[in-house]
Amino acid sequence: MNQILGYALTFALLALCAAMLCTLARLLIGPTAQDRVLALDALYINAMLLVLTAGIRYGTTLYFDVALLIALFGFVGSTAFAKFLLRGEVIEP
Amino acid sequence: MNLEDVPLWAALPASVLVVMGSLIALVGSIGLLRLREFMTRFHSPALGTTLGTLCILAASMLVFSADGGRPVVHEILIYVFLTMTAPVTAMLLFRAALYRKRERPPEETLEHAADAAETLPRHEPDESPPRR
Repeated sequence: MNQILGYALTFALLALCAAMLCTLARLLIGPTAQDRVLALDALYINAMLLVLTAGIRYGTTLYFDVALLIALFGFVGSTAFAKFLLRGEVIEP
Repeated sequence: MNLEDVPLWAALPASVLVVMGSLIALVGSIGLLRLREFMTRFHSPALGTTLGTLCILAASMLVFSADGGRPVVHEILIYVFLTMTAPVTAMLLFRAALYRKRERPPEETLEHAADAAETLPRHEPDESPPRR
């Protein structure tokens, strides 16, 4: 009876992999550059959710730190890309 | 930690929350793939960013709290961080999209403008005398 959590976690891992494939397709076929940046943003959010779900699945809190780092660097990357699209330069003098 | 050792009162809500969060993230990503224009495509991944992350983080807190016998709440950090940073990225990216769209309009807009100019009745100079 208590195996329901294992099944739910496996289903969630598969669904998040499908979500990452959708964002990857948008990243590859995106007509404009801002589409690709948006898809990259959604891709790292999905990857962070995947890492969190794997953390519940394997029962260690190490995955939480990985998820926090993915969220942090993903934000920095998306903001840098958006700033580059907006101004043509990331860090202006 | 063994998954069978999690008590049932925590396993059932955690299962529901994990499945719901992953499905919400999947719906957001499918919307990102299938919607037509950039402006409509923009809002769908925010579903996974806010609600999907909230569900999966709540499930993680529930499972680790029930397993460790003490409240584990450090997943709130990720949620606070994402809630603070997602609007910043969205605003910058939206401004970049508006700037690039104004700089170089796409061809479909030009075609629509040409069609509209053809279908509209040509502007005749009206015969009525100008208003004094």
